[in-house]
Amino acid sequence: MSEAIQVVGLYVRDQDEAYEFYVGKLGFKVHTDQRNGDYRWLTVQHPEQPGFQLGLFRPQPPVHDAVTAQTLNELVAKGAMPPLVMAVDDCRATYDRLRDKGVEFTQEPVARYGNVDANFRDPSGNGWKIVQEGA
Amino acid sequence: MTTGQSAPATPIPTGQDPRLLRRLLRAKDRIDAASHEDWPVSRLAAVSGVSVTHFAHAFRQAFGLPPHRYLLTRRIERAKALLRDTDRPVTEIAFDTGWNSLGTFGRTFRDVTDESPSAFRTRERSLTQGFDRVPACYLNAANRPDLNIAVSEKRRQDRDNKVPGSQAMEPL
Repeated sequence: MSEAIQVVGLYVRDQDEAYEFYVGKLGFKVHTDQRNGDYRWLTVQHPEQPGFQLGLFRPQPPVHDAVTAQTLNELVAKGAMPPLVMAVDDCRATYDRLRDKGVEFTQEPVARYGNVDANFRDPSGNGWKIVQEGA
Repeated sequence: MTTGQSAPATPIPTGQDPRLLRRLLRAKDRIDAASHEDWPVSRLAAVSGVSVTHFAHAFRQAFGLPPHRYLLTRRIERAKALLRDTDRPVTEIAFDTGWNSLGTFGRTFRDVTDESPSAFRTRERSLTQGFDRVPACYLNAANRPDLNIAVSEKRRQDRDNKVPGSQAMEPL
């Protein structure tokens, strides 16, 4: 497939903290980690989805002025960003594994409508749902 | 300010520290996860690591409504989902969603939504549903009351609007 969505970015408050979370806890792989002065292009990948990169971007000058950057950090911290959804084979097993690594779950696994889902947040405030379909 | 002073090129953000907001979000998440439980300010403040004195103000500043009213919106939302999606008696739903009596539940539900729990159930069931592909949490959120005023204030306004000759009925 030559045409596809390649990168989708998240705003994170602290890229070191996000790296530790997405790579160290969720087990994502680093695709690109390039610094240029104060600016850092950091993207990670789900280990089973090599064609897609998740960008972990810090709202910062000069792309955004200081007030806008602060506002974006506030919005993320208030949980105002749209939800992210990840498919998993076994929601309860993934929940146990991630919780043991210190991931902050906001909803324990719940079975409903033939699926099992659970919610967690990253350290910045981005909300994730993990869904096991047809459970 | 004197004219000799130059204003900063960009105003200093007046918002709250994102780290504080992230901790306040933790309290909101806990309400979301268990809205049927009691959430006194002391408990929420402890979740957020904020003093009891500052919590309610900080929460309201962050999320636009006081914590007890946010809790109320989540309870009503959940009660609506149970009324719509299950055949369980209204009494059971009242207790399961965090109310201590059927009377308080019924009165609050009416004050907030302008119809009784059973009327809501009857009306919802008469509608054709076509939302199989939309996640349930999204559907439920659409049913969350937008409580931008206190319930007591809403109650007062509704009453004033109904009583002829009250201040709300001023001639045009």
